[in-house]
Parts: sequence; C-alpha cells; structure tokens
Amino acid sequence: MYEHLETAENRENLKRVVVDPVSRVEGHGKVTLLLDADNKIQQARLHIVEFRGFERFIQGRPYWELPVLVQRLCGICPVSHHLAAAKAIDQLVGIDPENLPVSADKLRRLLHFGQLFQSHSLHFFHLASPDLLFGFESDISKRSIIAILGEFPELGLQGVKMRKYGQEVIRMVSGKRIHGTGAIAGGMNKSLTKAERDTLLEDIDQMIEWSAASVRLIKKVHCSNLPYYDDFATIRSNYLSLTKSDGALELYHGGLRAKNDKGETIMDHVDYCQYNDYIHEEVRSWTYMKFPYLLSMGKENGWYRVGPLARVNNCDYIDTPLAEAARVEFKAHGEEEMVHSTLAFHWARLIEALHCAESIKILLNDPDIMGHDLVAQGEKRYEGIGVIEAPRGTLFHHYQVDGDDMVTKANLIVATTHNNMGMNESVRQVAAKYLSGRELTEPLLNNLEVAIRAYDPCLSCATHAMGKMPLQLELIDVEGKLIDKLVKHSSGQIERNSNG
Amino acid sequence: MVKTVLLFGYGNLSRGDDALGPLLLEYVESHCNLEQIEILSDFQLQIEHALDLEDRSLVLFVDASVSCAGAFDFAAIEPSRDKSYTTHAMSPAAVLDVYQSIKKQMPPPCFLLSIKAEKLELGEGLSPQAKHNLDQASHFAARLLQQPDIKVWLQQASHGR
Repeated sequence: MYEHLETAENRENLKRVVVDPVSRVEGHGKVTLLLDADNKIQQARLHIVEFRGFERFIQGRPYWELPVLVQRLCGICPVSHHLAAAKAIDQLVGIDPENLPVSADKLRRLLHFGQLFQSHSLHFFHLASPDLLFGFESDISKRSIIAILGEFPELGLQGVKMRKYGQEVIRMVSGKRIHGTGAIAGGMNKSLTKAERDTLLEDIDQMIEWSAASVRLIKKVHCSNLPYYDDFATIRSNYLSLTKSDGALELYHGGLRAKNDKGETIMDHVDYCQYNDYIHEEVRSWTYMKFPYLLSMGKENGWYRVGPLARVNNCDYIDTPLAEAARVEFKAHGEEEMVHSTLAFHWARLIEALHCAESIKILLNDPDIMGHDLVAQGEKRYEGIGVIEAPRGTLFHHYQVDGDDMVTKANLIVATTHNNMGMNESVRQVAAKYLSGRELTEPLLNNLEVAIRAYDPCLSCATHAMGKMPLQLELIDVEGKLIDKLVKHSSGQIERNSNG
Repeated sequence: MVKTVLLFGYGNLSRGDDALGPLLLEYVESHCNLEQIEILSDFQLQIEHALDLEDRSLVLFVDASVSCAGAFDFAAIEPSRDKSYTTHAMSPAAVLDVYQSIKKQMPPPCFLLSIKAEKLELGEGLSPQAKHNLDQASHFAARLLQQPDIKVWLQQASHGR
C-alpha cells in the first residue's frame, strides 16, 4: 500500500503541487503533492475543503420534514438521501422495513432504481467516458460530454436519453422532478397511475438494450489495455455493502456484509441498526472528512471501499438475468477473486445500471405499484436508522427525536466518506507510479483526477455557482519559490505563469 | 401541447443566495399569466435539460451569479462548447450545445437572467442584498414575460437588462 506517502518527513524542503479543486466531481476537492528535489513524490493527500454541516442543518427540525429537507444536501443524489431519511423515520413511527405496505416498498424500490439508473448513466456517459474513450492524457477540450456527442453521436444521445428516463421514473413516482414528497413516514404518499406506468413501459426495453450495450462497451474498453486498466490507481482493500439474506445484490434494504481483499467474509447479515458496534470513524487533522473503519480490524487495516465495485464484488449473484450474466463475466475477468482495479468501478457501475433497468421493467409489470394501501403506522420511537445503497455506496442516516418530534441528533455517513481512505490510497498509487520524476503537465495531472473520478465522489452539496471551479497547479521549489503555475479557469481556458 | 415559453430557474433553496433562481419562479407563478409559460426548476443544469428546449419559441434561464455586475444581468445566449470539464453542473450555453448536437438544429432563442448572489452556504437564508436584487429581477422578468417577443427580448438584452 501507499500509506507511507500520507505524511512526509522534512516537509519544509519539498516542492508543493496543488490540484485545486478536482473537477467533474461534486463539490470541492484538492490534491496536494509534495515533491523532493528529484521530483519524487514524498507526500500525497486528497483534501476535502468544504465543511458540510449536514447534521447542524437537520437538527431542530421536525422529523416529518426530513425526506424533503435532506434532498437539498446534494444536487446529484437527492433521492438517495430522501429514501435513507424515509427509512429512518419509518422507525420513528414504529414501522420496520418488513412491515411497510407491499405497494409502498415496491414504489420506493422503483424510485431507487430510477435514481441509480440516471446517476450511473450520468457518470459513465457524461463524466467518465471522455477519459475512457479519448484517453486520460487527451486534449482538455475533448474531456466533456460535448466531445462525446461530437465524435460518438449515438452514444452521446443514448446517455442523454438514459439520464432523462431515470429522471422520468423519479418524477412519476415522487410527483416532482425535485423536492418530491414520494416517501413519507411509514410509506408513500402516492402510487403510480396506469397511464404513468404505461408511459414508462414504452421505453424500458430500449433502456435495457442500451444498458446491455454499455456493459459490452466498458468491458471492451477495459480489456483493450488490460495491464493498464488493471493497474491504474488499483489498491487492495476490504469492501462493504448491503446484500439480501441469500447473498444477492441488494440496493434498497439488506444486511451489512464486509469482505477482505482475499474475498474472505469479515462480517455478514449484520443488522445496520447496530452499525455503531461495527464501524467507527477516525478524525485526522489535515482534512474535514472522517476515515471510517471496521472496528474488528482496527484503524490501520479496517478501512474499506463501498459503491458499485464493492457491491458487485461482495454479492453472490444478481437476481436479474442480463446483469447476472454480466457479473459472471466480470468475476471471470478477476479469475473469481475480488476485483481490485479502481477503473473496474466503471464496469461494475454499468452492470448495476443494467440491473436497475431490468428491475424497473419487473416492477412496472407488477400491479402492486398501482396499489392504494400505502401507509402504515405503529408506536412512536425516539431513534431511527435508515441505510440504503446510494449510487456511490452505502448511505447511513441516523436520527434521534424528542417528545415534540424535533430532531435532537443526526448522524450521516455518506458513501464518499466511506471511500475517503480508498481515494487517498488511489491518489498515492497514481502519484507514486505515474507522476513521480516526470514533468508536471495538465494531462498528467488529469490522471489524478481520473483516479478520484472512478469513485464518482460527491464531495459537497448542490452548489453550482458558476465560476467556482477553477483548477490551480503550483510548482514550488525546495526554497519555497513559485517556479510554475497553471490555472484552469471555469471556461476551460488554461493560463500559465512561469517564473522558472 | 408544449407551452411555447420556457422559464427554467435553477439552484438550491437551502443554500443561501443559490435559491435566487427558484425564488424568482415563485414570484412569476403568483404574478403572471402562465397560459403560454411553462415553469421548470432543478438543482443544476444537466444534459437531459436539452430535451426541455424542444418546441419552444423562447427560453429564459434564471440563475444566481456571484460575478454579476449589477443587481441582475440579462443576456442572449448561444450554443457554446463548454470547454470546462466541471460539467456536473453545466452552463446554459453548454446545454444549448448539447441540444444542437443531438437535434442537429439550432436551439430556440434562449436568454439568461443572472441575479447577483453573495453567500451560498448550506442552511443559510437569502442575504439582504440578494433579496433586494431578487425584487428587481422579479419585476423585470414579469414585464419581460408579458411580452414574449424575440425582438423585445433582444432589445432588452442589448441594454444588458
């Protein structure tokens, strides 16, 4: 591993290179590299520069507001927060998952599949494919969806329509494009009409076909340069995810499963309401983002990765046929071992997108989604925990309320926090293997971003202010003198100020 | 039947002045005749919003902007290849370019109303200055939407508002 690169000795004598912020990830990130006189990497860190204040935002609000309120935490995965909060407040009204009305459970799953489908489509077609199809060191002007649309028009159009389809599922199930109130404490507030169901059915076969084609494409891309794809940013890690009771891939509700880098089970079928007994978070002075770890393995060895790679690695099978066939091929590529390639996140993500499309079709053909028994009520409780598999990985919402139903304590662990150590390790691997001793150029530094982007991190919330995402690179010599500076403006224009 | 004028405001209601776009929509909803106006909102612009431009005669995007010169700016926008690769949140011009790429035709006439923002922190309300800016921009937008005529809008844009 590359933990020896987390903190360097004699830091005052090192050059500093700053990639700030990482682009095409949600929020603000910063990569700092300290180089010695021979341009060898001595320290590499991924910093999260924005304090989110999620808990403070939520405390003091009535619990029934949470499913709507928490959507504003993140403009990329609002539905994931919506559903995790809904699962938590189900418990506050005395409803455990097995007691949720059947129609409500299936509508929530449909909503969740729609969210995962649109998010995974956006990530692959919009954010990752420019790197994968044009190369990591390609001209900067090619690294966007616009370039994809120009050179691969059919692929680009499919990406737009897949994203749109997922958004339509969300809109019809929750009633709105955003700020929907679909999930409420103990159930759902509306079911799907026959007209809505029929509209969504019209295009679902096309979505499945395109999803299957995208899996074939990513496999082809991955296998076209196996040594590189299997090595780039690759680290061996533990993995955490939900699974069904029979070990199948599960995205909405299941038990916690963790496996080590050899595929051996660390824990299985753990009730997520007991997560505090299994997962702790470590604070480090140089970053706002915590480092979660499995208590049984300790701080040093207990860190893990979550998200598509973890889920596809951890599960025993997928319960839809095309996605299962794709998973079998994926595992065969890894010779039935755990697949540790960080770039295989993309492959796993598209297998999941295919599973979502297949699952959406199954649910659309299930009459329960048009049922009217939508809400259950039980006895009030004062604590609720909701966990789901969000697009980027396992998402925890944990609330306590007082006698007036106001939230007194909130704890959220988001997927990107789980992956904090993994992203740092990947940054160090890339820095050590691909950058050390080489001239620093913008395409080279894009390699660092590619490594981070594979995790599809969501580093902040739904801020989108234009002009807020410049990229700045500074090269400082051992005396601390600025010798080179690259600034990437939000327009994409590159400005160089060289003193060397 | 698609309404011919699209008013698209974007931003996050819980992020201080980032709420300016959606809040302007609330004003228009309660003060304007919406017979020909469709109102859409989202956290941020994405590729699929290109499909919302289909069959429109006029489109008005509304956004908060920290770089706005006055209380608000009003400008015509053209398709532009967004060279930035920070496209988790696209610019309106980039959305127009996506439209052009997938439809193989020019998008409808599109305009951007930018409202001056100052603070964008999670959990914050509107800053006093942003509230003042919102009032001015809302009155301007209401007058504009009463005259859904490309010539009038272009004339306003040539004056910056």
